[in-house]
Amino acid sequence: MLKTLRQIGSIGIVTEAAPNADESLRVRETLREQLRAVLGRALCIRHVDAGSCNGCELEIHALNNPLYNLEGLGIRFVASPRHADLLLVTGPVSRHMQAALIRTYEATPAPKLVVAVGDCGCSGGVFGESYASCGPVANVIPVDVAVPGCPPNPTRLLAGILAAVMRSRGAGSR
Amino acid sequence: MPLTRWLARSQPQSGAPGLRSLSVTAEEWRAVMEDLRAAGGRLVSLWASHEPGLDVVRAAALTGSAGLIVSLPVTDGAPYPAVDDLFPAALRMQRALHDLSGVRAASADTRPWLRHSAWPEAFRPLIDAAPPIGDSAVPDAYEFVRVEGDGVHEIGVGPVHAGTIEPGHFRFSVVGEKVLRLEERLGYVHKGIERRFTQLPILEAHRLAARVSGDSAVAFSWAYAQALEGLAAVEVPPRGLWLRALCLELERLANHLGDLGALGNDAGFAFGLTQFSRLKELLLRGVQGALGARYLMDAVVPGGTSCDLDAGGAGELRAFISALAGETVKLRIIYDEHDGLRDRFSGAGTVSPELAAQLGLTGLAGRASGQAFDLRIDLPSAPYTELAPRKCARREGDVAARVAVRFDEVEESCRLVGELLDRMPAGPGWTPVQPPPGGLVGVGLIEGWRGPVCIALETAGAGAIHRCHPHDPSWQNWPVLEHAVIGNIVPDFPLINKSFNLSYSGHDL
Repeated sequence: MLKTLRQIGSIGIVTEAAPNADESLRVRETLREQLRAVLGRALCIRHVDAGSCNGCELEIHALNNPLYNLEGLGIRFVASPRHADLLLVTGPVSRHMQAALIRTYEATPAPKLVVAVGDCGCSGGVFGESYASCGPVANVIPVDVAVPGCPPNPTRLLAGILAAVMRSRGAGSR
Repeated sequence: MPLTRWLARSQPQSGAPGLRSLSVTAEEWRAVMEDLRAAGGRLVSLWASHEPGLDVVRAAALTGSAGLIVSLPVTDGAPYPAVDDLFPAALRMQRALHDLSGVRAASADTRPWLRHSAWPEAFRPLIDAAPPIGDSAVPDAYEFVRVEGDGVHEIGVGPVHAGTIEPGHFRFSVVGEKVLRLEERLGYVHKGIERRFTQLPILEAHRLAARVSGDSAVAFSWAYAQALEGLAAVEVPPRGLWLRALCLELERLANHLGDLGALGNDAGFAFGLTQFSRLKELLLRGVQGALGARYLMDAVVPGGTSCDLDAGGAGELRAFISALAGETVKLRIIYDEHDGLRDRFSGAGTVSPELAAQLGLTGLAGRASGQAFDLRIDLPSAPYTELAPRKCARREGDVAARVAVRFDEVEESCRLVGELLDRMPAGPGWTPVQPPPGGLVGVGLIEGWRGPVCIALETAGAGAIHRCHPHDPSWQNWPVLEHAVIGNIVPDFPLINKSFNLSYSGHDL
């Protein structure tokens, strides 16, 4: 126990702080403000792997590490689509995941935001469309924002989530 | 006939070092498989390729000192002798082989495996030209094995899981909290990788190989390059090979750090996730500084590597790796001394060495159950021949042992990364490659972080691919997970599952 506490004490808080001029941090700051303005509460994300190679998942995991500290921004991953504001979908959508993705989308309460993640989620990527692949996420469910990259780094993912939230605010004020 | 006789009859096989190839008749197919089993050989992969009027069923197997590729020509559509009684892992491979190539093994279990509803049984994705698209918006019915008895009920989980993980379906039969039986159903992320390979130029398909399983991008793209370079008679410059090994060890480190954190978290120790995910993030940033990308998806290319060390970045990475080794030792002591972790890890999801040998448990999970095999030591490719890696193995076979092997391998990989950085040869890291002629077979074998990764590549000439079969060690280990959870409680499943951390994408192809 003592060693655990000593380790916690010696590492301290590593979450990257606001005054730093790093581009990634500006995304974080804007995101926090937007979330407050649009939702007035935490943003709940449900991740759906619809056929990914597992590369994008590694970077989605990184969002929760203490350096990006997603929960500190008021964003959390939830276990059910029924609790989600936003679906973060990696792909290409395999034909065997088509039904599951559609059902997940239908189970998400409106207004539901969808962010397609990765080159494959955006365009089908190296896998394309085939007897086994439906291609990009947008071929199966409506997509609000597409974040390319193979895999997109956590900063890009944050920027994509921000873009979806801002778009939602734009739609709301119209 | 002892195995040595088969080996004496075999020919050298292009690709990874120590490989031999052997063509057999249907009668000999069973005999060679029985002799392999008797000699303690392990089945790596089973697949088929197709010529007009002829299918060739191929198996890759490893013995202590050699690898053997066995080829069995079968006339169009005829069943071939099953081998799942000798190598239980072959069962799902036989079912998948039928789903994709239309060749049936003479086996009792004829259920589809990778085929759900996306295409009809009559369509052979790896052979037939025009694909009829099945009605995939409607999930198909699948015959799970039912457990009968008083108080037995079923829990179905997936394909969409509660966490940020890949999709698959688990069907538990339980009494109270206790798991009587787990049956997996995979194939949800089948995206037609093997057919896609044949549509790509042979000099560009390493990009697809790297995306078979994104967490093993270096292992798969190196195995692909190894298979191709042997056929193209290319000598990769030493620096290219050393850079590949550096990338492979960094990939191993990133995955092990991620798993060690997640395992702590799954046992209720959030501190572990925080600490290890911090170290992993710092590692990824170090890799980006030294090699130009957080994840080395396209680092390994035919002829060498596409990236090279940035001098400043390399120095920073070297310093970070030294610090990482020290931090991991500190965290290991905390894990070892934590009563809660000890309680959850010890005795959970146990696979005895005997069961592991019988079922063919491989790679990292195998090494935690007394299956002390590691291609970097048993059949080393350069530069591992010059690095003398240490083999990390345990015999307890529980979650604690799989955690311990990861800690040992983090320590060893830190040492290897240090050596690779310190002794990196000068010179170019890449040399041009010309496409090989048609009709050739090359096999690459690389010890990825999860276990042996295999790529079998058949050329079509004119820069095209006739057939490419990637194999992830998850094929061997998924069926063993079903055994590992028997008698454990349902809430321990996520922990046990994470301790194996198997690939869905690499398996579903």
